[in-house]
Amino acid sequence: MTTTITGFFTDTSVCIGCKACEVACKQWNQLPADGDFFSGRSYDNTIHLEATTWRHVAFVERGVSLSGQSTARPFSWLLMSDVCKHCERAGCLEACPTGAIVRTEFGSVYVQPDVCNGCGYCVVCCPFVVINRREDDGRAWKCTLCYDRQKEGMEPACAKTCPTDSITFGPLEELKEKAKKRLEELHRRGVTEAYLYGMNDEDQPGTEGLHAFFLLLDRPEAYNLPPAPSVPTRGVGGSWGAMALGLAGMVAVAVAASRAGGEKR
Amino acid sequence: MAECHPVGFRWVMEAKRRGATIIHVDPRFTRTSAVADIHVPIRPGSDIAFLGALVNYIISNDLWFKEYVVNYTNAAALVSEDYKDTEDLDGLFSGWDHEKGQYDPSSWQYRGLDVTPAAGHREMFSGEPRAERGAIVSAEQHDYTLTDPLCVFQIIKRHYSRYTPEMVEEACGVPRELFEKVARALCENSGPERTGAFCYAVGWTQHSVGVQYIRTAAIVQLLLGNIGRPGGGIMALRGHASIQGSTDIPTLYNMLPGYLPMPKASYDTDLQKYIEYNESASGWWSEFPKYMVSLLKAWYGPAATLQNDWCYDYLPHITGDHSHMVTVAAMADALIQGYFVMGENPAVGSMNCALQRKGLRNLKWLVVRDFAPTETAEFWHNAPEVVSGQVRTEDIGTEVFFFPCAAHTEKDGSFTNTQRLLQWHHKAVEPPGDCRSELHFAWHLGRRLKELYRASSAPKDRAIRDLTWDYRSIGAIEEPDAEEVLAEIGGYTLGDKKSLSGYKELKNDGGTVCGCWIYCGCYKDGTNQAARRKPASEQSWVAPEWGWAWPANRRLLYNRASADPQGRPWSERKKYVWWDAGEKKWTGVDNPDFIVDRSPDYRPGPEAKGIDTLSGIDPFIMQAEGKAWLYDPNGLLDGPLPTHYEPEESVLKNPLYGQQCNPARMEWIRKENPYHKAWGDTDYPFIATTYRLTEHHTAGGMTRWVPWLCELQPEMFVEVSPELAALRGLENGGWATVSTVRGEIEARVLVTERMHSFVQQGRTLHTVGIPYHWSWIGRSTGDAANELTAFVADPNVSIEESKAFSVQIVAGRRSRKRRAAASGPLVDREVEGPERDQPEVREKPAGKHGLHAGKTELTEEA
Repeated sequence: MTTTITGFFTDTSVCIGCKACEVACKQWNQLPADGDFFSGRSYDNTIHLEATTWRHVAFVERGVSLSGQSTARPFSWLLMSDVCKHCERAGCLEACPTGAIVRTEFGSVYVQPDVCNGCGYCVVCCPFVVINRREDDGRAWKCTLCYDRQKEGMEPACAKTCPTDSITFGPLEELKEKAKKRLEELHRRGVTEAYLYGMNDEDQPGTEGLHAFFLLLDRPEAYNLPPAPSVPTRGVGGSWGAMALGLAGMVAVAVAASRAGGEKR
Repeated sequence: MAECHPVGFRWVMEAKRRGATIIHVDPRFTRTSAVADIHVPIRPGSDIAFLGALVNYIISNDLWFKEYVVNYTNAAALVSEDYKDTEDLDGLFSGWDHEKGQYDPSSWQYRGLDVTPAAGHREMFSGEPRAERGAIVSAEQHDYTLTDPLCVFQIIKRHYSRYTPEMVEEACGVPRELFEKVARALCENSGPERTGAFCYAVGWTQHSVGVQYIRTAAIVQLLLGNIGRPGGGIMALRGHASIQGSTDIPTLYNMLPGYLPMPKASYDTDLQKYIEYNESASGWWSEFPKYMVSLLKAWYGPAATLQNDWCYDYLPHITGDHSHMVTVAAMADALIQGYFVMGENPAVGSMNCALQRKGLRNLKWLVVRDFAPTETAEFWHNAPEVVSGQVRTEDIGTEVFFFPCAAHTEKDGSFTNTQRLLQWHHKAVEPPGDCRSELHFAWHLGRRLKELYRASSAPKDRAIRDLTWDYRSIGAIEEPDAEEVLAEIGGYTLGDKKSLSGYKELKNDGGTVCGCWIYCGCYKDGTNQAARRKPASEQSWVAPEWGWAWPANRRLLYNRASADPQGRPWSERKKYVWWDAGEKKWTGVDNPDFIVDRSPDYRPGPEAKGIDTLSGIDPFIMQAEGKAWLYDPNGLLDGPLPTHYEPEESVLKNPLYGQQCNPARMEWIRKENPYHKAWGDTDYPFIATTYRLTEHHTAGGMTRWVPWLCELQPEMFVEVSPELAALRGLENGGWATVSTVRGEIEARVLVTERMHSFVQQGRTLHTVGIPYHWSWIGRSTGDAANELTAFVADPNVSIEESKAFSVQIVAGRRSRKRRAAASGPLVDREVEGPERDQPEVREKPAGKHGLHAGKTELTEEA
């Protein structure tokens, strides 16, 4: 059976912050509520992605206007549904010592709950702070890109429920084409701040591109996203090199010392 | 719209993707504003000033759609020479009757003619009913040059002449440039090639002058030619799923199905009188008797005959205004014994909810049907006034019956929403335990009543004994067959029980049965038309085979107006319905809303009657003269033209007129319902507005138990601007106490720039935003916003004013849960202040239960 690599394209320029994606995700995956906590941070009371919150809508109030939007005073409200990025090069997957985290036939990064032993190595290796352990069972959990639904030919629950098609699901290559067209359209209409976040390796070498990428309207930090995320193992080659240099240096020092000692003697 | 109708908002975003300009006018910057092209913050309660300025802008810049306006509206009609405008009387129209405390509309009428309104208050006619009224529409006087000072167009022009961009700044707090940007965008997107639409929700209706808000939008849309054309219109976004359905087949006290008025005891003494009062000699309402007789045949079957007026006398005849607040005030005065509450939570969601609860306390019995016991079912042991000791449980005699109800996934039925579309939903699972549908409840209650009266020979019991009630029941729980009910609503012939295909087949001789004439045809060909779900890709863009739209599966009302007077589309781009001269009939992409073979050239002769009075250029067929009403010569209780009045409790003096408030508004002068000063009340200096959030639904009965929703908005909060927070020492995330003289509540504070401070008349005005979802029961709790609001209402539809009133806000948890309805006004003070009314309007006659309003003849208790 041939399968296509699929993903999410989240177009924040049409997100209305309804949070239907958060609820649909919890309903389908039967995730518990995280607790009732009034944050005082705009309409965001779940704050970030969690082991039991696999979609999260950010509400960013800014004292500047969006291009093309007229308001009584400079102001805009950026809304964005965040999710696991299913990185092409995934830190969590690389860090997992048990093989619990795998790359599926859809190209998504999936944690097998029956294999995960809760070591937590993946948690520190995710550059987006997406994956986390549940306090009640100790295992690591995150968005599965609705692996179970995809196996049945259905789209993920969040994309299915999104009323404005801010979240779209489909073959990754098609989504990239669609995203490029949408970006051109927005630029043509004067929304010059719009850009694509993490669509390709070139955009984001640290992850080699995301299977869940975004159209954003402000710099990544405004949405609590890292500007240049990088999986830890990308530094490994350099580390080995540095270590080799260090070793060589130590050897040289030792040799020099022994020589010097010899001379002393 | 994005906040409260996120699913419908999908289509707004789709329009935006295709290049539409989205304009959002709202006191707050909401989720809708976030994705709109233009956001206009407007002072709550000032919308008529804004919309009236649009009317003025359109007329003074000569941007109106001339051919449309002259031919399809009443712009050219001449009005009575006795008419006086608010410009002449400082905010009043001619005809105020001081003794009755209401308007006499005779001076608003067309010259020499009494015309029946298509909707609204038909009983407003002064003098005796005249069956012939409207018969001489074709003879009425017109000035098609629109220059006569008493033609509708000139009256409107003058009425709105002071509604300028400068006035918008002064009255609404909207910067002139922003107003002009909106006006330009709207006008540039109207005309033969383009159309613009208005969408509104209850934010427009919940004002003491709410009906006139929507009327102003109607004037704007008619001047721009945006009615009856694709992409145009005014969309009423209703408050719940199927609220449109529950006005079509109403839960309203003054309506029968299909907008047939409820008989009134004082006028409609027999069927003949009732028909005389309600049919129109011209226009489509001349068909009225057919609809009424078919309804009575549906309800009383073989018992209904010509000889007994089709059992007309069985219908309850209303003796007064029995709307919600009027009824609750009577309940509080212990005059009502029992009350059914289904799918509503008035102890939280209705105005002055402590007074609502006082009403509940004084009943003998109360039935509540909901998913879980709501505050309305539990008021007797844990309401704030019980917890605080102001009221004792042992003093409450109300017997409460709580019935768990089935969810929409647990029953068959239909939803009718904004676009008049009936969409069927099938039961997915059996309801758990004792949960049952409303249909089940109503049918079995009816069956038991019929059983109870089976042996009775008393004439008063015949209405129950003769009621047709023989629906098939299904399954172990004996659920009545909802499709059978739909088939009766959709209509059939009495003889062979053949389903009808549309309301034109209805008869007044008892040969047809139809539960709601506008729904006639929804069970055409014996099939459930509402259950059709053909995908968009398999049919035309109008999608006539998705569900079924009333009337006659017509997707766009008054669509004759999408063609020019000669019957040609106004433009290729906006082609919809047109006259096919070869076939000699109207055709198009939708079902034409016109007499299908009536040529555009047809003009009625003086002898014409009924629908023959409609000429080939009369698209608005429900109106007696076939024209859209820019100006209402009859039917509204508060004036023929929308006029800016301030809310009952404002922070500003009316900048336009000496008359501060709507003179015809409904007020309740009761100790449980004290008011603030008309304006400038230093004890209550801030504007308040209430609203919904996406995360919860109305009064919270459905959502405050759902953990996935509660975590998204976990607590009651109020929203304030940084300026107001600084002024009152409010901290983000901290507590505040908000109060009126009627009640006090506490809430978390959300400080946000989305709340706007308005600079007007040399003052900075602050707004407190108050979501109304919370109360004391559920997983997520908090104080109810409606502990603050008052009984005060629009006179036409008795809808409350909750979108603009005045409050005080202080930092901290100071609330002692005091309620005026339990312990008297919160502040003991003499309310001396500016008058709301001109001298001639003051001291309206007092009705019962504290109601002061004009409709004295209709406020008698049965």
